[in-house]
Amino acid sequence: MSDGDSIAASVAKPAAAGIGAMPGLRLWLAVIVALAVLPHVPGLNSDFGRSLLSQMGIAVVFALSYNVLFGQTGLLSFGHAVYFGLGGYAAIHVMRAINHGFPFPMPLVPLAGAAGGLLFGLLFGALTTRRAGTIFALISLGVGELVYAATFMMPGYFGGEEGITASRTKGLALFGLDLGPQLAVYYLIAIWALVAAALMQAFARTPVGRMCFAVRDNPERVEFVGYNTHGVRFFAFAVGALFAGLAGGLNAINYEIVAADAVSAQRSGTVLLMAYIGGAGHFAGPIIGAVTLTWLQTSLSGYTSAWLLYLGLFFVLTILYAPSGLVGLVLMHGPIVRTKSFRGVLRAYAIALVPVAVMTCGAALLIEMSYRLATQPELGTRMRLFGVAVDAGTVWPWLAALLMLVGGFLAFRGTWRLIGAAWERATEEARTLRAAAGMR
Amino acid sequence: MSTTPALQLNNVHKSFGATPIIRGVSLDVHARERHAIIGPNGAGKSTLFNLISGRLAPTSGTVQLHGSRIEGMTPFEINRRGLARSFQVTNIFPRLTVFENIRCSLLWPLGYKYNFWRRTDALADAAERTEATLERIGMTARRNTLAGVLTYAEQRALEIGITIAGDADVILLDEPTAGMSRSEADHAVALIRSVSQDRTLLMVEHDMSVVFDLADRISVLVYGQVIASDTPERVRASEAVQAAYLGTPQHA
Repeated sequence: MSDGDSIAASVAKPAAAGIGAMPGLRLWLAVIVALAVLPHVPGLNSDFGRSLLSQMGIAVVFALSYNVLFGQTGLLSFGHAVYFGLGGYAAIHVMRAINHGFPFPMPLVPLAGAAGGLLFGLLFGALTTRRAGTIFALISLGVGELVYAATFMMPGYFGGEEGITASRTKGLALFGLDLGPQLAVYYLIAIWALVAAALMQAFARTPVGRMCFAVRDNPERVEFVGYNTHGVRFFAFAVGALFAGLAGGLNAINYEIVAADAVSAQRSGTVLLMAYIGGAGHFAGPIIGAVTLTWLQTSLSGYTSAWLLYLGLFFVLTILYAPSGLVGLVLMHGPIVRTKSFRGVLRAYAIALVPVAVMTCGAALLIEMSYRLATQPELGTRMRLFGVAVDAGTVWPWLAALLMLVGGFLAFRGTWRLIGAAWERATEEARTLRAAAGMR
Repeated sequence: MSTTPALQLNNVHKSFGATPIIRGVSLDVHARERHAIIGPNGAGKSTLFNLISGRLAPTSGTVQLHGSRIEGMTPFEINRRGLARSFQVTNIFPRLTVFENIRCSLLWPLGYKYNFWRRTDALADAAERTEATLERIGMTARRNTLAGVLTYAEQRALEIGITIAGDADVILLDEPTAGMSRSEADHAVALIRSVSQDRTLLMVEHDMSVVFDLADRISVLVYGQVIASDTPERVRASEAVQAAYLGTPQHA
């Protein structure tokens, strides 16, 4: 193999290795240390911060479980929350039993969630994975609606609208462990999330896990190399449901309540967006997507009542302009990161940031003022935005906002050319470097 | 021939709606022979391949692999009985590496099936067989490249690699040299010759020089019927074949 080939191979590697990529032991150790330290970092060392971290951990497991279906096997599901929720119900019922004296350690309750998820995954998966593509997507939507409706039809098990509650502290104490404080719950979730992530990545490397990628790529050809595509899809579905159920179990411990929203279509949609926005083609993608979206959902809602609108805009922009997700945006720079011209690219980004910020401010002003006038007229037209007092009843703030939006956009288009030129220089340099390495 | 043919078709019919495409094909492919199917466009060659490999089920008639009936079975059932095929339109795993493409095609034959407790990278026999197949199709240097970015000729070679990796004893190749330049086709012929040693090969091919170079026997399919099935010399000499196919001026 010539050097040129080996460089070409190393360039192709991140994309090729994808979900099955092997993170070194050092990376795992770094993650463990980070998870241990995070709840003590200023800003996160409050109950709010630790609760946010706990939610992120749950979302990470859920999003990774979704990606076993989506990124790995090519199954687009609109009903993955079914297994999250049914796992959650299984877990909360076990918690109730523990509260009433059933001798089972509370920290192992997520296993009940995993069992619940797996059971229903096997049940529904046997039918739904016969087909892929649009038909699978539609059936998953139907199953989701069915289960959601069932939570109201069987209040004995699902508790109707109020849901089922249980306590995570009342029961057998294991090594004197008290799950009362949010910090303890966080650590429990962190440990389970770590175990789940490691297991899901290990699954991607097993023979049947590798065949999932083959089924995603070309299901027809898989049938001609001896595999039943239905069998492979079913397997992946069951694994995805198992870990979704585990996430649901963690959720039950964290909130001590499971209600109908756990199986809702909205939750199914959110997990799809987490995987997609993070980047379904890479193992780290759903993790980054889950953390980002959980953070956005929690923090944005503290600043503005129009937060759902901003989230929607964020989704649309990501899907339009970064189809391989946030991870894709980062990995895109792999081939040029070692060139000298890479600094030029970073500089161009920094310059472009200015008009983007102006444009975003303009858009935010318009949205906030419109939102106030349309939905909260009783609060009046005077408001404070970005620390400035504005009166939405006068024409000036509107004009200013519009000017910022349009002006920012036009300036951004100019800087876009700068970015393009910088990229061109960097790729050119990378190409000559590669050629030089090939000649040696 | 006293031994059971590797592949035996008996009065196979296939209609799409009211349109008959295969109209009573009977064909014997002997064990370890290289057998080519030729015929004008629309004669039903690819349909015949789809009937044998399980992509389609025949309307009537029987297909036997080593003496046992396989018609109407699914592709993976037929593949597990030792028949592998390639496709006329390249049919690979575009977002997997060349190495992974080959390895995926021999996991089942090696018995790993739905194994979920072993690391694929640690399977020595799979790695060895993959390397051997890569060597054979001359793609060792491209092992880490994504299959989707290979050149056309490389993808065709990979297509053959996927087909032969699992050690099936009956190999079906659907126009393996289609769209190749002369030198690429020569290379492909050498590859097919080497990989079909000690195996039964059935191929559809348009390039007559490839056919007469490789085949031990040739069957001529015209309008869904086999009008001749014989050695290359006799097929070339046959008046019926010349009239139906070879003798037309545009093919001379």
